[in-house]
Amino acid sequence: MTNRERRNLRTGLLFILPWILGFAMFIAYPLGASVYFSLCDYSVLKPPVYVGSANYEELATDPVFWQSMGNTFFFAAIFLPLATALAIALALLLNTGVRGMTIYRTIFFLPSLTPMVALGILWMWMLNGEYGVVNHALNYLLRPFGVEAPTWLQSTTWAKPAIVLMSLWGVGYAVVIYLAALQDVPVQLYEAADLDGARWSSKIWHITLPLLSPAIFFNVVMGLITALQIFALPYVLTNGAGGPGRSTTFYTMYLYNCAFRYLRMGYACAMAWILFLIILGLTLIIHRASRRHVFYAGG
Amino acid sequence: MRALQVLGLENSAYAGRALLAAGVALLLCGCQILIPQPQDEYVNGRIRITYWEKWTGFEGDAIKQVVNRFNEMQDRIYVDLITMSQIDQKALIAIAGGDPPDLVGLWSSGLPQFAEKRAVMPLAPFMERAGMRKEDFIQVFIDLNCYRGELYGLPTTPATMALHWNKRMFREAGLDPDRPPRTLAELDEMAARLTKYDAQGHLIQVGFSPGEPGWWPWAWGFWFGGELSNDNEITFDSPENLAAFRWIQSYTKRYGAAEMRRFQSGLSTNFASPQNAFFSEKVAMELQGVWTANFIHQYAPNLEWAAAPFPSAVPGMENVTIAECDCICIPVGTRHPDEAFEFMKFLCSQEGSEMLNMAQQKFTPLKKVSPAFIKNHPNEYIQLFIDLASSPHACHTPDLSIWFEYLDEIAAAFDLVRFGLDTPEHAVSQVQQRASVMWKRAEASIERREQAEGKATP
Repeated sequence: MTNRERRNLRTGLLFILPWILGFAMFIAYPLGASVYFSLCDYSVLKPPVYVGSANYEELATDPVFWQSMGNTFFFAAIFLPLATALAIALALLLNTGVRGMTIYRTIFFLPSLTPMVALGILWMWMLNGEYGVVNHALNYLLRPFGVEAPTWLQSTTWAKPAIVLMSLWGVGYAVVIYLAALQDVPVQLYEAADLDGARWSSKIWHITLPLLSPAIFFNVVMGLITALQIFALPYVLTNGAGGPGRSTTFYTMYLYNCAFRYLRMGYACAMAWILFLIILGLTLIIHRASRRHVFYAGG
Repeated sequence: MRALQVLGLENSAYAGRALLAAGVALLLCGCQILIPQPQDEYVNGRIRITYWEKWTGFEGDAIKQVVNRFNEMQDRIYVDLITMSQIDQKALIAIAGGDPPDLVGLWSSGLPQFAEKRAVMPLAPFMERAGMRKEDFIQVFIDLNCYRGELYGLPTTPATMALHWNKRMFREAGLDPDRPPRTLAELDEMAARLTKYDAQGHLIQVGFSPGEPGWWPWAWGFWFGGELSNDNEITFDSPENLAAFRWIQSYTKRYGAAEMRRFQSGLSTNFASPQNAFFSEKVAMELQGVWTANFIHQYAPNLEWAAAPFPSAVPGMENVTIAECDCICIPVGTRHPDEAFEFMKFLCSQEGSEMLNMAQQKFTPLKKVSPAFIKNHPNEYIQLFIDLASSPHACHTPDLSIWFEYLDEIAAAFDLVRFGLDTPEHAVSQVQQRASVMWKRAEASIERREQAEGKATP
């Protein structure tokens, strides 16, 4: 290394020093510490006591842990495909050249700006079993067939689907990304398809979706991470209890309760690392699958 | 580089040094901000005591009034009252971080956790120095502030629960509005007469429901003579607790699980609102606390109501109630524990306690009460709640450090039984089994920590 290179390196390091310090203090240290704490009996109020893999072993036999994991995967498995399909469908509709399109786009994006807590309280009333607007409409349609609308948040069966429904309210961000990606689809391809006499469904299947695939890939990965970490909405709706009968105790809610309600920070750290590994594994799987199905123009 | 040239720092070596100096200065500034500085210890020459409390609204005004009175009556200590939400979690972080307030107002149910982790100070030496006696307080509120026999907090605002009933609905159902049920069987019978259905067979009004308001799912066993723990053992699968869960499910069977869920889902979860099920006359009888009268005055001033002890299932066992309280503690690591206790002493004196509890519309945890307090109290049933607190059947949360885990387990089982998704027998045995595992783990943890501490301080 020449003198000049060494000097450049030093100056460069100096410039990024504030970031390095911030990273070390607020990200690297807590990350490292949480690995150590996950191997400890740690209550926050007392110094950690090393217990080896005891926390991980206990997790394997903790029924609430498995139930919260099941609830979370159930939620993600329903939410992710629905959110993806809905966001693409909305983006396609909002990409047609109808008059006043910018107004429609704004309207569909607006719910994404609603704070989670306000959203929770609003939906709590909308899904109220007896007076809610949703059940009012559903009962109008279903009662002639002798079927009653579900009681949503009071039912162990319907509480999770209710949360899926509420979460779908926030697909606006994904719609914006799809809309941007749709602008990149070359018009010539549609023109060529028109000349060949392709129907709209064929155009979507053979042109739009392949060219949207990088955006779909991005949204699926981000959606998966968000879905597996769902917290604020069920926490507000159930006051942190995850009821009825633990049907809405999601992974991060149980993690939070372990850390701050039961004062078992070490156990919560172990849970956090397991969730990290699950998300990492799933992301890698999606990434691998994307090699076949994601089409990068020019790539 | 142009900016550097302007500053006369065209030489890169100088520029590097200048940048380094600026970086170090920034870092020092950052440290100044990041590392908490102790607040001013003195206010106008008086020792400052920071006091974190959870109350807002009229309850917040009540404690402010007491703090102001204390600050006026002496010139050595200044109490700085700070109101906050989620006080237990914030206190936890502050204590762990070594910068706690001098006083903190906790809930009695959370006290064992703090005491077990030795995050709050034992109060016996302070009490002795100040000449205060535990015997001056109603016993159950001292019990709520003890962990394994040692006192860690003092009660500030106590509460007991009683049956509240709607006199108008009683009259309408052909019942004597001034005669509450005296046994649990009688309550069930009255509840049946007070329950109404619409033409389609949907519930529109219920006499009683164990799930409304559903705040004490863990406590129903008390009315059957049950306990949650005994001599450091979990006793949830006792025949009494099982009988309580069977009784809870009897209501599900009576109303039908789906119908009960539908009715329940229409009830507001917001207690302090006119939509409250009891205030809006959807439920005729409820187990509720001493605070209810105040909210009725606010949200349903025309409601005709009365209160009496909630009847028990065991013949001869009368005045069963749940007792709980807010408490005040001195966190470990405070700078002025003695001065902090001086304020506690005033707060728990007859003057301070009556001032606080009159304004909060509760009763005082002290045995001695001035006649004026009872006479002027806005809750006409206040004497009932005081009597309930002194009852030998005033029950409370157990002093277990795993209480919140145990409670969440009971709450989940309660939901399943209430919605007819589990049998009482299975639910009770599940709670017993899981809570016993938690308890063994917690005891092992205490032992392990004591060993580690023993090694650290030979």
